[in-house]
Amino acid sequence: MKALMPALAAATALVAPSLAFARPVTFEATLKNYGGNGAYVALYVTDAAGKYRGTLWMAGGKAKYYRHLSDWQRMSGGAATEIDGITGASIGSGKTLKITADIADAMIDAGYQVRVDTAVEDGMDNPSEIVVPLSTGSAGNPSPGKGYIKSFLASF
Amino acid sequence: MLRRIHSLPGLVLALLLTVIAVSGTILSIDPALDRATHPPIERGVSVAALAEAVASRHGSVDKIARRPTGALTVTYSDGDTKGVELVDPATGAGLGPYQPSEFTRFVTNLHRSLLVGDAGRAAGAIGAGAMLVLTASGLWLLARRLGGWRAFLQPIRGTAAQCWHGELGRFAALGLMLSSLTGLWMSAGTFGLIPESSLAEPAFTASGGPAAPVGSLAALRAVDVADLRELTLPAPEDRTDTYGLRTSAGEARIDAATGEILVFTPTPILERVQAVVVMLHTGRGAWVLGLLLGLSAACVPAFAITGAAIWWRRRTNPPRLANNVAARSADTVILVGSEGNATWGFATTLHAALTAAGHRVHIAAMSELAPVHTSAKRMLILTSTYGDGAAPASAKGFLDRFAALDAALPVAVLGFGDRTFPHFCGYAQEVSTALDRKGWPRLLPLKRVDRQSAQEFAQWGRDLGATLGLDLVLEHVAVHPKTSELELVEREDYGAAVGAPIAILRFRAPGAGAKGQTGRLPAFEPGDLVGIVPPDSPMPRFYSLASSSRDGVLEICVRLREGGFCSTFLHGLKPGGRIDAFIRENPGFRPAEGRAPLILIGAGAGIGPLAGFVRANSPGRPVHLYWGGRSPSSDFLYEHELAMHLAEKRLTTLNTAFSRTPNGGAYVQDRIAADAPRLQELIRHGAQVLVCGGRDMAQAVTHALDAVVRPLGLDLATLKSSGRYVEDVY
Repeated sequence: MKALMPALAAATALVAPSLAFARPVTFEATLKNYGGNGAYVALYVTDAAGKYRGTLWMAGGKAKYYRHLSDWQRMSGGAATEIDGITGASIGSGKTLKITADIADAMIDAGYQVRVDTAVEDGMDNPSEIVVPLSTGSAGNPSPGKGYIKSFLASF
Repeated sequence: MLRRIHSLPGLVLALLLTVIAVSGTILSIDPALDRATHPPIERGVSVAALAEAVASRHGSVDKIARRPTGALTVTYSDGDTKGVELVDPATGAGLGPYQPSEFTRFVTNLHRSLLVGDAGRAAGAIGAGAMLVLTASGLWLLARRLGGWRAFLQPIRGTAAQCWHGELGRFAALGLMLSSLTGLWMSAGTFGLIPESSLAEPAFTASGGPAAPVGSLAALRAVDVADLRELTLPAPEDRTDTYGLRTSAGEARIDAATGEILVFTPTPILERVQAVVVMLHTGRGAWVLGLLLGLSAACVPAFAITGAAIWWRRRTNPPRLANNVAARSADTVILVGSEGNATWGFATTLHAALTAAGHRVHIAAMSELAPVHTSAKRMLILTSTYGDGAAPASAKGFLDRFAALDAALPVAVLGFGDRTFPHFCGYAQEVSTALDRKGWPRLLPLKRVDRQSAQEFAQWGRDLGATLGLDLVLEHVAVHPKTSELELVEREDYGAAVGAPIAILRFRAPGAGAKGQTGRLPAFEPGDLVGIVPPDSPMPRFYSLASSSRDGVLEICVRLREGGFCSTFLHGLKPGGRIDAFIRENPGFRPAEGRAPLILIGAGAGIGPLAGFVRANSPGRPVHLYWGGRSPSSDFLYEHELAMHLAEKRLTTLNTAFSRTPNGGAYVQDRIAADAPRLQELIRHGAQVLVCGGRDMAQAVTHALDAVVRPLGLDLATLKSSGRYVEDVY
């Protein structure tokens, strides 16, 4: 879906100088049939120290609702530049968000984590609903979320 | 122009506005229902106590929030399950899972985005803007129609569609303005046109100490549950995390160990404004307002329907001219004062002839007179007269508009009327006098056309052509509305013995086949007019209707006039005989809505529509009938029917006066004068007076009644202008 994540590239010093040192990683988040309006979903990466390193995707276009993605908001600072060009529509009940990002080799299996925040109008806010290591070892292993995510899967 | 600003968006966006308004009305009920299910949160419990009670029931609590509906909810995690439940604000006890209504969610999405996302949101914003324009222009038009803002609450007269449109408009205008303004503000926010308040929070550091029990935290103990918007609890395993407490005043970060406020960010002004706007739009937190706004919005479908009806009528009434030149580029302006359509017909003929002769001609209703019309080289005014010298429908307000004009240009006036009336072409005469007073030069002296005479019209055309230096041939062929054929089924004859034959005639639509089966009558009410086209004469004569189409018969009361072409024809008609007829609405002569008393006054055949009003009256509304005839033994029209109405309380009192009785006799105006105290009492209670009959009687009644109302500090002119004195005079 996306050849390169500019925000992630900008946010990390670890990105490889050329695509030869990066590989495409596909993330799939399938939502439960919670039956409300479309969910706002933020996918972002933290390093081994738990520090925010960049956003992979923001599903949901209205900035005024971003404060409901409270961990993403707090860690990233919520600046528009963080999600410039990597924003899409909110994800409907039961639907799947699937994105592919080129991730630097140096970030894989190096203690980095992928986090997902979700929020639904008149429903729950689920900060860090998913926290999974960015590692080839966990590939193909779907993890359930505590809020609206039925399963989350990364494949390298 | 203003009218077009009103009707164009109204017609184009009618469906969109109806969807938005109807969904809005449905949503407006929610705040009242919510208030019934979630009573206002009582003071007396601290946020700390509530949080402690809730925390004791769950593994961990993420958030306690007051929803816009007024419900207090808790988001919790018990092991791997996360959920939202309703809680009792006083005790913190669980009240079951929180499940927002699917229906409300659907209607909300329909209301704000028509279920199609941002495109629908944009359409909603356009709808809100259009509603604002429609409401403002509608108020303006209504004020203009009623004769200024001071007269804004006067009764509205006109067709049923016009009355409803205006009455509902007055009722709903404020609510619709509020809804559309706040809706526009919210749309602007959605599309990022209102700057977001900065989310930056000053930096702070938590003490990092072991978390204290929530019930013991000072900053939470100090806040009442009634003031709580939202409390976010820290993640249990994270020592650097803090409590986030939002109240209407602002947002505080509270240390989980010490219970102290680390940092407080007051709510920005813009956010407070936003909250008020949302409250005014949704009615959440103001349920009575919400219901009122919902009622206002509920009128929108009615506006769409009545508005379309008014537009259609206006469009089909004065004929549309394909080659009507714009006012500012015309050399000749034709202004038309017409009650039905006849004068428009003549004006159209004139327009065509002048256009063919190479003139650039603009045609407009007299009521549309504007300064731009004086930029032409000449003006031709064609007008009929309504009633006893009043302006016809399309000339209402002409004299006021004329008085405001500065320029003068050459003008000719052509009046249309009926020579048998005492004020033949009375209104044309009045217009002519006004023109002279302002010194407008004359192309031709005032000319009067009797009973739509095509010859007289053609003669005037030749005279006009002579002054313009061209050969103007006006060949007018009158166009009548489509007539339907009716069959006389019954007649009652009165008055022959006293030299005033009057017949009550009842017609039906001829049957389509089987015996007893009849066709459909056109729709009409008592007081409307039926135009009857007698054979061998193109000129229809009008009679007031005594029945409603719901009665299944068309009933009129016809006095035989000496030499009267149509009345002779009708009096000669035998059951089974047929006529060609059409209906003309007469909305100016109808009982007002409501239960205020009615005073009906008439003489001779004028009883027709009055009897119809009585027949259509619901028992309980006081109706007093004053009627004058010649002799009780010869021309007491409707004698038995009126007695029955009296018995059934559809008629309250009946006062008759007969002029040819052995002991002197009296007229209906004598009864009025004699009954002054009771009439004064009725008029003081808001009674409406409806008069129908001949010109002489009407004048005598006016005289008598004026004397009756004077002591009340009223006069007939005042009653007339507010629709409480109406007449149908011939």
